Amino acid sequence: MFAVAIFLPLLAAVVAGFFGRWIGDRGAQIVTCGGLLISMLISWWMLYAIGFQQQAQTVELFTWMASGSFEVSWALRFDTLTAVMVFVVTTVSAMVHVYSVGYMSHDHSIPRFMAYLSIFTFFMLMLVTADNFVQMFFGWEGVGVASYLLIGFWYDRPSANAAAMKAFIVNRVGDFGFALGIMAIFFLFGTVSFDAVFQAAPQMAGKTFQFLGMEVDALTTACLLLFVGAMGKSAQLGLHTWLPDAMEGPTPVSALIHAATMVTAGVFMLVRLSPVFEYAPAALAVVTVVGASTAIFAATVGMTQFDIKRVIAYSTCSQLGYMFFAIGVSAYQAAIFHLMTHAFFKALLFLGAGSVIHAMSDEQDMRRMGGIWRLIPTTYAMMWIGSLALAGLPFFAGFYSKDIILEAAYGAHSGVGQYAFWLGIVAALLTAFYSWRLIFLTFHGKPRANEHVMAHVHESPPVMIGPLVVLALGAVFSGWLAYEAFVGHDHKAFWGAAIFVAERHDPLEAAHHVPGWVKLLPIFVAVAGILVAWIAYILRPGLPEATAEALRPIHRFFFNKWYFDELYDRLFVRPAFYLGRGLWKTGDGALIDGVGPDGVAAATRSLSVQASRLQSGYVYHYAFAMLIGVVVLVSWYLYARI
Amino acid sequence: MSDLPILSLVTFLPLVGAALIFVIRGDAETVARNARNVALWTTCINFLLSLLLWIDFEPGLAGFQFVEKANWIADFNITYHLGVDGISVFFILLSTFLMPICVLASWEAVEKRVKEYLIAFLVLETMMVGMFSSLDFVMFYIFFEGVLIPMFLIIGIWGGQRRVYAAFKFFLYTLLGSVLMLLAILAIYVQIGSTDIPTAMAFAFAPALQTWLWLAFFASFAVKVPMWPVHTWLPDAHVEAPTAGSVILAGVLLKMGAYGFLRFSLPMFPDASVYFAPLVYTLSIVAIIYTSLVALAQEDMKKLIAYSSVAHMGYVTLGIFTFTQQGMEGAIFQMLSHGIVSGALFLCVGVVYDRLHTREIARYGGLVHRMPKYAVVFMLFMMASVGLPGTSGFVGEFLVLVGAFRANTWVALLATTGVVLGCTYMLYLYRRVIFGKLTRDDLKAMLDLDRREIAIFAPLVVLVLWMGIYPSSFLDLMELPVGQLVDRLKLAEAAGQAIFLVQR
Repeated sequence: MFAVAIFLPLLAAVVAGFFGRWIGDRGAQIVTCGGLLISMLISWWMLYAIGFQQQAQTVELFTWMASGSFEVSWALRFDTLTAVMVFVVTTVSAMVHVYSVGYMSHDHSIPRFMAYLSIFTFFMLMLVTADNFVQMFFGWEGVGVASYLLIGFWYDRPSANAAAMKAFIVNRVGDFGFALGIMAIFFLFGTVSFDAVFQAAPQMAGKTFQFLGMEVDALTTACLLLFVGAMGKSAQLGLHTWLPDAMEGPTPVSALIHAATMVTAGVFMLVRLSPVFEYAPAALAVVTVVGASTAIFAATVGMTQFDIKRVIAYSTCSQLGYMFFAIGVSAYQAAIFHLMTHAFFKALLFLGAGSVIHAMSDEQDMRRMGGIWRLIPTTYAMMWIGSLALAGLPFFAGFYSKDIILEAAYGAHSGVGQYAFWLGIVAALLTAFYSWRLIFLTFHGKPRANEHVMAHVHESPPVMIGPLVVLALGAVFSGWLAYEAFVGHDHKAFWGAAIFVAERHDPLEAAHHVPGWVKLLPIFVAVAGILVAWIAYILRPGLPEATAEALRPIHRFFFNKWYFDELYDRLFVRPAFYLGRGLWKTGDGALIDGVGPDGVAAATRSLSVQASRLQSGYVYHYAFAMLIGVVVLVSWYLYARI
Repeated sequence: MSDLPILSLVTFLPLVGAALIFVIRGDAETVARNARNVALWTTCINFLLSLLLWIDFEPGLAGFQFVEKANWIADFNITYHLGVDGISVFFILLSTFLMPICVLASWEAVEKRVKEYLIAFLVLETMMVGMFSSLDFVMFYIFFEGVLIPMFLIIGIWGGQRRVYAAFKFFLYTLLGSVLMLLAILAIYVQIGSTDIPTAMAFAFAPALQTWLWLAFFASFAVKVPMWPVHTWLPDAHVEAPTAGSVILAGVLLKMGAYGFLRFSLPMFPDASVYFAPLVYTLSIVAIIYTSLVALAQEDMKKLIAYSSVAHMGYVTLGIFTFTQQGMEGAIFQMLSHGIVSGALFLCVGVVYDRLHTREIARYGGLVHRMPKYAVVFMLFMMASVGLPGTSGFVGEFLVLVGAFRANTWVALLATTGVVLGCTYMLYLYRRVIFGKLTRDDLKAMLDLDRREIAIFAPLVVLVLWMGIYPSSFLDLMELPVGQLVDRLKLAEAAGQAIFLVQR
C-alpha cells in the first residue's frame, strides 16, 4: 500500500509525458494532480501508521546489481524518517501541482511541465525510501535530472539553459564526492545496505585505512566524502552557486525543488546516516562549520539582492545551513523538524512570490514593484505568514524549529557549537531584515511599475490561492503540532530506530536546559531585524542607498555574491576549455599525430623522394657510387685485418 | 536443439546472405531494394538465432559452451574450434543485435553501390562473430584481422570528404599492432605446440616470456581499444565513416581490444598483467581526463562522441586491470553499455546529418521545437552516456569505480573526475544542438523521427533501460568466468608479492 504512494507519480508522469498529446492539457493536469493528491493522502496515513503506530517496514522488490560481494537490491524502506519525508514531499508537491494548473495556464507545453513535476516527485520519493546507498544515489541523480529539465524548461532562453547546465554540473561535483563515499563505505564495510552498515559502524569507529597514500580515519573520511555530495545537493558554501541561478525555472519549480524538497536531500542523507556520522565526530564538526558559514554567507547576499526570487533562494540556502549545523551538533531531529516547517513556509513564500510575479506581468525585480498590497490582499497576507514563520516569530512554525536548533547549538558546549550559535543568531537578524525588506519593497511605498503593468495587477485565481492557504496552515501550525513528537518528550517513541544519537550526546535534552536568554535572543533579533527593515524602507527610504554608498566595498562584495562565480569561472571553466583546446590541437594534432602516423608517413615520403633522386639514370652516377662502395669495402677489409 | 551447431550457423549465415546479395541482378533500383531486404532478413534471423546462445547458456558451467571442434590443418595441430563463455557470448549478441539496426540505418542514407555496401557489412558480421567465438589462435587471428578489411572499405568508399586519409590511418595503426601480435602467437605456438586457446589459457608461461608476450599483445589491443596515446585514428575514422560504420566501429570493433585483454593477456600472462597494471591504470586515467577535456572543445558532433568513446573505454581498461570481481564485471558491462549507447548516439547524429548534411555543432540549435521525439531519445542516450543511475551507463561505470577503489584510491579518485567532465561535454553538446531558439530556415524545415527511425531507436531504448534497471540478467552469466579469472590473478598477485619479499 505504501509503495502505491511512491509509484503513482511515476505512472502519472508517464501518462502525462508520453500521452499528453492524446489526453490534452486538461487531461495531463487531472492525471498528475490526481495522482499526487492520492499519494498525499496515503502519505498522511503512512505518517500516522509509522510514526504513531510503529509499523515500520521494508518492501523488497528485486535485485538490482550483484557482482561478487557487491549486492544491491531495489527495496523501499519505510520508517519514521522516510514517512516524514514522504509526507513533506507529497504534500508540497501536490500543492505545487495544483498551483501550477493556474500558474502555467498560458504555457504552450503544459503536459510536459506536469510530467516533469511528477517524475521529479517520483525520484524524490525513491531517494527518501532508499534502503541502500546506491538506490539513494539513483534517486539523488534522478532528482538532479528532473531539476535540470525544469530549470531549463523554457529552453528558448539562453540564461535558462545555462542555469540548467550549471545546476547539473555543480551537482555532479557533489556527486563525485558521494560516489567516492559509497565506494569507501563498500571498501570498509563490504556492503552498501543501510542496516548492515549501521550495525557494523560502532566496530569501525577509530579504525584507519589507506586513502590517497595517507593513513586516515576510516569513518571520518567516508563521512566527509558523503558530505561533499550533500553539500552539492543542498547548496552549501562552495557548491551553492547553482541554486540562485536555478531561479530561471518556473516559480512552482523553485517552490517544490529549490526550496522544499530536493535541496533538503543533503540534510535527509546526513540524518539517514546518523548511525555512521555519530562515530565520526571530526566530520560532524566540519558539517557544523560549513552549515553555520553557509547560513551567514547566504543571509548577507540575500540582503542585497533585488530579484524577488533570488532573495528567497538565498534565504533557502541560509536556512539549509541551519539544518546542517543542527546535524553537526547531533540534533538530527531538530534538523528534520526545521526541514519540515521550512518546506511549508518556504514553499508558501515562493508560491506567494509567484503570485506576485503573475500579478505584475512576469516582473521579478523588486525595484519595479511597490504599492500593490491593496490590490492583491490575499497574496500579501500569505507573504506575511510565510515571512513571520521564516523569521521565527513566536507561535509560527519557524519559531519552534529554528529555536530548538539554536538552543541545541548552544547546548552542545563546544567550540564549533558556539560558532554555529552566534552565526546563527546574526543570520536570524539578517533573515528578519531581508524578509521584511522584501515585503516592504514589493508591496509598500509608491508604485514603481509602469501604468500598463499596474492596470493589470490582479489577485490570482482560486486554483493558485487554494494551495497557498494549505501551505499557510502548515506554516502556522506545523511547528506547534509537531513539536512534542519531533523534538519534545515523545521524540524517542516517534523516531524509533530511524535516528541514532550516541549515548554521550543528548542535544535535545541539553537544548531544553539552556539559559533563558538563549531562548529569548532569537525572538529579540527577529523583531530587531523587522524594525530595522521598517526604518530603512518605510520610515526613511533614502537610508539603504546611503548605507550602501557608505559601505561601498562591503556592499559590492555582498551584492556580487562574494565573487564565487567569477572565481570559479577563472579557476575551472575557462582553464577546462583552454586545456581541452590545447590538448586537442597540440597534444593530439601536433604531438601524437605529428610524431606518430602523420610523422611516419611524412618521413617515409621524404625518404622515398630521396631514394628516387638517387636513381638518376646516368651511368657515371652509378659507376661513381660503385667505386666508392669498392673503396669502402676494401678499406674496411684492410682495417679489420690490421 | 543442442546438437545444432549454433555458433557456426551464427558465424557463417551472414556470408550466405552476402552471397545471395552478390548474385542479385537487375536494374539499380531493384538490386538496391532486394539487397536491402536480403540483408535485413539475414541479420534479423541471425540475431534471433544468436538469442538461442543466451537462452541455452548454462551460467553454472565452467569452461566453454556450445563447443565445436574439428581438425583443420592436422599437421600443424590447428583446429576449427569454436565456443563461448559468459564473457564472449554477450559480444556475439551485441554484434548480431547491432547489425539489423545498421542495415536499417543505412536504408536511405546509402544510395551508391548499395549491393557492395551491404555485402561488406555482412562479411563484417561474420568476421566479428567469428572473432568472438573462435578458440584457436589461427582462426582468431584471421577473423581479428579480417574485420579490418570490410571496415577499411566502408570508411574508404562510403565515407566523408577525408575518407581516404581516415581509412589509411585506421588501417596502418591497427595493422602495426597486429604484426606484433602475430609474432607473439608464433612464440606461443612454439612453446605449447598447439594453437588451441583453452590449452594456452591453462599453460603456465615463464614470467620473462610473459612480459614480452604481454607487450606484443598489448600493442595490438591498445590500438584497438583505443588507449591513449594511440587513439588518434578513432576520431578521424568516426568522422569520416558513414553512420552505420560508426555504429559498428564504436559498438563492436572497439570492444575487440578489451576482449583480447580478457581472453588472452589476463589468463595467459597473469604475472605480466599484474606487473603492468600500473601502466594500464596510468594510460586509462589519462584517457579519461585528457579525452574528456578534448571532447569539450570539439566543434564536430561525431568527433565529440568519438572522443567520449575513448574516455569511456578508459573505464573499461581500468576495470579489467583492477583484478576485482566488480571491476571486471563492470568493465564488461561498460563495454556492452557503451556499444549500445555510443552506437545510439552516432545514430542520433546520423538522423540530423541525413537531413542537413553537416555535423558542425554550430549549425544546429533549437531542434527541440520541431523534433520533440528526437529530443527525448537523444536526452535518454545522453543521460545513459553520462552514467545516470537507472540507465545502462551507470552500472558499468559504477562497478568499475567500486573495483578501482579497492585496487587503488588514487586511481578511483582520478577516474571519478570523469563523472563530472563527462556530463559537462555531453550537456554542452545537447544544449547547443537541441535547446535554444530556432532561427535558421533549414532547421525549421526539419522533420521529426519517422517510423523507420523509431524502429531503429526503440530496441536501443528498451535495452538501455533494461540494462540499467535489471542488469542481473547480464551480470549473472559473467560471474563464473570472471570469478575464475580473478582467482587466477589473485594467485599471480600473491606470487608477485612473494618474489618481492624474497628479493628484499
